[in-house]
Amino acid sequence: MDAGGNGEKKYTLHISPGKAELNYFKDLWRYRELFLFLAWRDVLVRYKQTIIGVLWSVLRPLITMIIFTVVFSKLANLPSNGVPYGIMVFAGILPWQFFSNSLSDSGNSLIGNSHLISKVYFPRIIIPTSSVIVSLIDFLIAFIIMLAIMILWYSFVPPMSIVLIIPFLALAFLASLGLGFFVSALTVKYRDFRYIVPFIVQFGLYVSPVGFMSSIVPEKWRLLYSLNPVVGVIDGFRWAILGASQPLWWPGVAVSFAVSSILFLLGFKYFRSTEKDFADVI
Amino acid sequence: MSDYSIKIENLGKKYIIGHETQAGYKTLRDAIVEGMKSYAGFIFRPFSDRSADAGSEEFWALKDINIEIKSGDRIGIIGRNGAGKSTLLKILSRITEPTKGDIWINGRVASLLEVGTGFHPELTGRENIFLNGAVLGMGKAEIKRKFDEIVAFSEVEKFLDTPVKRYSSGMYVRLAFAVAAHLEPEILVVDEVLAVGDAAFQKKCLGKMEEVGKEGRTVLFVSHNMGAITRLCEKVALLGEGSLIKFGSANDVVDDYLKSGVGSSAVRKWPEISKAPGNEVAALISIAAIGGNGETSGSVEINKSVIIQMEYLVKKPDQILTPNFHFYNGEGTCAFVVRELDEKWQDRKRPAGYYKCQAVIPPNFLSEGSYVVGAALSTLTPLTVHFYERDAIAFQVIDNMSGETARGDYAGPMPGVVRPILKWSTQFEAREL
Repeated sequence: MDAGGNGEKKYTLHISPGKAELNYFKDLWRYRELFLFLAWRDVLVRYKQTIIGVLWSVLRPLITMIIFTVVFSKLANLPSNGVPYGIMVFAGILPWQFFSNSLSDSGNSLIGNSHLISKVYFPRIIIPTSSVIVSLIDFLIAFIIMLAIMILWYSFVPPMSIVLIIPFLALAFLASLGLGFFVSALTVKYRDFRYIVPFIVQFGLYVSPVGFMSSIVPEKWRLLYSLNPVVGVIDGFRWAILGASQPLWWPGVAVSFAVSSILFLLGFKYFRSTEKDFADVI
Repeated sequence: MSDYSIKIENLGKKYIIGHETQAGYKTLRDAIVEGMKSYAGFIFRPFSDRSADAGSEEFWALKDINIEIKSGDRIGIIGRNGAGKSTLLKILSRITEPTKGDIWINGRVASLLEVGTGFHPELTGRENIFLNGAVLGMGKAEIKRKFDEIVAFSEVEKFLDTPVKRYSSGMYVRLAFAVAAHLEPEILVVDEVLAVGDAAFQKKCLGKMEEVGKEGRTVLFVSHNMGAITRLCEKVALLGEGSLIKFGSANDVVDDYLKSGVGSSAVRKWPEISKAPGNEVAALISIAAIGGNGETSGSVEINKSVIIQMEYLVKKPDQILTPNFHFYNGEGTCAFVVRELDEKWQDRKRPAGYYKCQAVIPPNFLSEGSYVVGAALSTLTPLTVHFYERDAIAFQVIDNMSGETARGDYAGPMPGVVRPILKWSTQFEAREL
C-alpha cells in the first residue's frame, strides 16, 4: 500500500479509499482535544442561560416524579417495599431521563452540526458522544439537586452504598452511546428517523420501571423484561440508593449488561461503516 | 526525491446521484418502499439484472487526477463550476474519502473552506476563538499561546466577552479570519470563500496568503478570480469535468483557460434564427468580445480597449430600435449600461436586414476581474424589449502589471468596478508649521 518501491517513505498522511478506517483509533486519539472542546461547547451553550438551564434539568424530573407518585402510588396502589414512593421514583426517573435525553440529543446531533461535518475533518463519532456527555452532566446536576430535595423533604439519609450507582451509571452510559451511535447515523441517512426517536422515548418511559418497581413484573417474564437495558440500570440505582428494601435481581443485571455491550459494539460498528459518507449525504 | 508536500496519484471520486428523491436525501419511507419493490421484483423476475438501478446514476466528480506539488509551492486551482475543484479540496481535507487512488501528504494540513467554521452564535468571542482554533486543528496550548496575537489582529478586544451573535458581520469575519491567520500548517488549503467579504478583508486575506507562501509553506488556492490567482500562485491546475486538463505556470494556464472559453464564452452565436432570442421584429445573431488584436478574446489586458460587437437581424421594417449592453462584474454588481449612440440611426426607422453594431470600452476603464455582458435590442417609446440575452458573453479584464495602468507599481488588491487613470497634480509650498 505504502508507495511501493518508489522510496517515498517520508509522508505524514496517506489518503486512500478505506485508509481512514485503518487509522481509526489513532485518529480518535489525535482529535481528543477537539472532542473536549466540542463537549465543552455543548455544555456551555446548554447552560448559557444559567438559571433556566439548571432549573429546567431539575424541574422536569421533579414534576414527573410528583405525577408518577400520585398516579402509581395513590391511584394504582403499587408497592414500594416500605420506602417513600417519591424516592423510589426519583431513583428511576433520573437514569431514565439521562438515557432518553442522550437518545434524542445524539439523534439530532449530526444534523445539527452539518456545517462542521461538511467543512472540516474529524472523527464524526465525537459529535454524538459529546451529546451523551452533555446529558451525563445534566444528569449529575439534577441528581445532586434532587438528592438534596429528597433529603430535605423525606428526611431521607442516603446510605454509603449510594456510591454503587457509579457502575450502573456506566452501564447507562454504554447503552446510551450504543443507541446514540445508531440513531445519529440513521438520522443522517434517513431524515424521517427523527420522528421515530421521540416515539421510542415515549414508549420506553412506560415499558421501563420508572414509575414502579420491576419486581411487580411476573417472575417468568423478568428475564425477557431485562432485555431493556434501562431495567438493569434503574434496578441498580434503587438498590444502591435505597438499600435492602430493593433487592437486586442479578440475572436481570447481567442480561441488561450483555444487551448494552452488544448495543454499544453494534452501534459503534454501524457508525464506523457509515461515517465516511456523512459529508456526502448530509 | 521526497521533497513533495502533496502527491496525488490516480485520484477518483464517484458519487451516486439519485433521481427520485426531491429533498436530496433519503427517507426511511423511501427506503422501505424501495426495498419492498426490489423484493417484489426479485420474486417476480428473479433472474433480471438488478444492479442497474434505474433510480440512480454514477457520476465521477474527479477522475484520474495526478499532481505532484513540491513544498513551498503556491498552487491555484481553477475550472468552471462543477469541474471538481471543491471535491478535490474536500478530499485533501479528508472531509470525504476518495473512491480510488492515493494521496500522500507531507506535513500538517489546515483547510479553510469557510470563514468561522464552528463558530457558535451564543458563545463569546473568547470562547469562539478556542472553539474555532480547535476545529481548525490547533491544540489548546497553541491557542493559548497565540491568543493575544489573535485578539490584536481581529481588533475586537472590547467585545471579547460578548456573544458573537451581537457582532456586526465585519467583526465576525475579522475574528474568524484572525483565528485562521494564526494557523501554522505546512500546507494551507483555501477555498474561494475567503476572497469574498469587503475589500479591506480581501486585501488582508490575500496579503496573509502571500505571506504564508513566502514563508515556504505550501498553499492550495481555489478561486474564480483570475487576477488573484495569477498574483498569488506560481503554478495553476486547470480542472474540467473532473479531469486535470492542464498543470503549469500560472500565466500560461490562466491564459489558456480564458482563451479556450472553458470558463465562459467570449462569443455566442445563434446560427438558426428560429432558435435565436428575439421576436417578430428582430433576432439576435451573435455577440462577441473582441480584444485589441481584433480577435475574439475572453481575456483583455486592463490597458487595452475591448470591443463588444452584436449582430442582429431586423425582420419587420420601419421600427425605431436601440441596441443596448449591460455589464455586470463577478460579484453581480451592475457596472454600467450603454445604449447605441450612432447619430445616423437614432430615432430613425430601420429597414429590414442585417445589422452589426460595436461599442468600444476604452483602455484603463474597467477594473480587473470578470464581466458578464447582457445584450438587448429595445424600442424606447413605447418601451418594448425585442430580445434581452442576459449573461450572453463574459470576458476577463486582467492586470499583469505591465504598461501604463492605474495600479502604478502597487501590487496589492485594488477594489472597485472601474479603474481609470486620472490626471493627478500635486502642488507644494513650504509653510511654517
